[in-house]
Amino acid sequence: MSSETTRLVTSAVALPAVRRRLSLLTRQDKLVLALMLGIPTAVHLFLVWLPAIGSIVLSFTRWNGVGGLATIEPIGLKNYTDIFSIYPPFWPALAHNVIWLGVLLFLATPLGMFLAVLLDREIRGLRFYQSVFFLPVVLSLAIIGFIVDLFFAPEQGLVNNVLGTTHPGNLIDWLGTPGLNLIAVLLFASWRHTGYIMILYLSGLKSVDPSLREAAVVDGANARQVFLRVVFPAMHPINVVVLVITIIEALRAFDLVYVVNKGRNGLELISVLVTNNIIGEASRVGFGSALAVILLVISLGAIVPYLWRTFHADAEAA
Amino acid sequence: MSAQVAAQARALPISRSNRRPTGSRVVLQAFLMLTAAVWLLPVAWAIYTSLRPYADTAERGYVSLPGVLNVQNYINAWTQADLPHYYANTLIVVGPALVLTLLLSSFVAFVISRFPFRLNLTLLMVFTAGNLLPQQTIITPLYRLYLTLPLPEWVSDSGLFFDSYVGVIAIHVAFQMGFCTFVLSNYMKTIPKELTEAALVDGASVWRTFWSVIAPLARPALAALATLEFTFIYNDYFWALVLVQTGSKRPITSALSNLQGLFFTDNNLIAAGAVLVALPTVLLYLALQQHFVRGLTLGATKG
Repeated sequence: MSSETTRLVTSAVALPAVRRRLSLLTRQDKLVLALMLGIPTAVHLFLVWLPAIGSIVLSFTRWNGVGGLATIEPIGLKNYTDIFSIYPPFWPALAHNVIWLGVLLFLATPLGMFLAVLLDREIRGLRFYQSVFFLPVVLSLAIIGFIVDLFFAPEQGLVNNVLGTTHPGNLIDWLGTPGLNLIAVLLFASWRHTGYIMILYLSGLKSVDPSLREAAVVDGANARQVFLRVVFPAMHPINVVVLVITIIEALRAFDLVYVVNKGRNGLELISVLVTNNIIGEASRVGFGSALAVILLVISLGAIVPYLWRTFHADAEAA
Repeated sequence: MSAQVAAQARALPISRSNRRPTGSRVVLQAFLMLTAAVWLLPVAWAIYTSLRPYADTAERGYVSLPGVLNVQNYINAWTQADLPHYYANTLIVVGPALVLTLLLSSFVAFVISRFPFRLNLTLLMVFTAGNLLPQQTIITPLYRLYLTLPLPEWVSDSGLFFDSYVGVIAIHVAFQMGFCTFVLSNYMKTIPKELTEAALVDGASVWRTFWSVIAPLARPALAALATLEFTFIYNDYFWALVLVQTGSKRPITSALSNLQGLFFTDNNLIAAGAVLVALPTVLLYLALQQHFVRGLTLGATKG
């Protein structure tokens, strides 16, 4: 039987049940349903998607936000060409976002996965280790920014005190030196991200059918082979989620650098540039929106394939 | 006795670790202990520094055994920074935001998971995608929108969504609804369809079916989400930083940016302030750890 016929047969069977269910509804029920769906959807569309579309529209304009909407001046692609050519912080900011993503993806994520693999067995103190590694995830990134300060402050910080570099002659200005400050914040961003990834993989590992492993072991595979060839591929759905979460985290990064030094001097990120264009002194609405759209396009590049994959499979199954 | 034997018999075949030689188990434990120690260092260091008076660290250095340990820094942070005021601000935001987020997203999840409307899938995608957007992608128009949306004076002394609690609550609800709808609709799909049908056939209204049948059954997911969302909203820094201009109106996490200037010369005081601000979420985590883990897992296992 072709899949087309199968679908027809299924829907023919399903349809009466659906009709019956809907016909049980009174007019009042239908109103309640409409409100239950309509109110939350309206709130979400109005405060999230309308502004998202607003960013796109405004990105082709110049507006200082002072006059009314009539003072918005369309200028085509000028904001974008300016960003790419004559706006000095853009390329460093983009580079920092890419580095951020690289560190989370290639250091923090594998470490989180590794810890999950170690904890996915019966060992003493399992609960304790799990709690400890997950602890940073419940701290806000703003608080973690304060902890960065406690570690890397020039005279009072832990690191310089341990190294003995607190004197005017040999002082290491961790947070004031581009490059060093990025390393410092990424160390702590990774500290947090690792625990998050560990928890996701712990549940991912539990969902892998144990008989797969058993079979591989019987076939003579060693622990590494079992993980790389059997367990890791079997966790494909979690791998996709982890990849999307990591990309979004790297694009969202803001709080940590903003607390440390307002995202300047080597800690520029696209998110910070967007924010500076609205809460800075010169409010450049169109320009800030263009920066936001760059962020939006990169994000949707990760989000859309993920959703397509997730929900398309769902629709097929339904 | 027999139960014990049975339990052992059940445990034996699955405990893979039992087959490992003792040597590698010792290495594993040593590695985990060392990693755990490194993991706890930032928090331990913050607590240690916060308990030492400034004079003590000034005299002996930061990396030293303490001459005196006391809670003076906590008292100073509490009073000088007016922390009770900011905790109250947070409560004003988190309470309503949490209730509304869970209520509205369980509405959507209920309809999507129980009734076969054609737009269900699209809606679910829109909600989920909305929650994944970085906040900065929408902030510029949102900021402008908030500057034009009026509110009655008795709700917001600015007369606008901007610089008001209602505004911060609204964006939390709108944004967090995405994640909660996703999780709840996945959860509700696992509740048998027959339950809704039976209730409707028996003459229950849609509202009653939701409120007395489905919502109570979704309680485990709601509890997990409540814990997680409390932490998300409590930990928000960005929304209130941009959308609330008056420093004294900000919730505690965003208020850190005004407290920073107050504390900046004294790391001991910074440490005490940071510990105090982190305390509510850490205590919640220690008390309800399983809910956290379940919430995150429910959010990720779909896919």
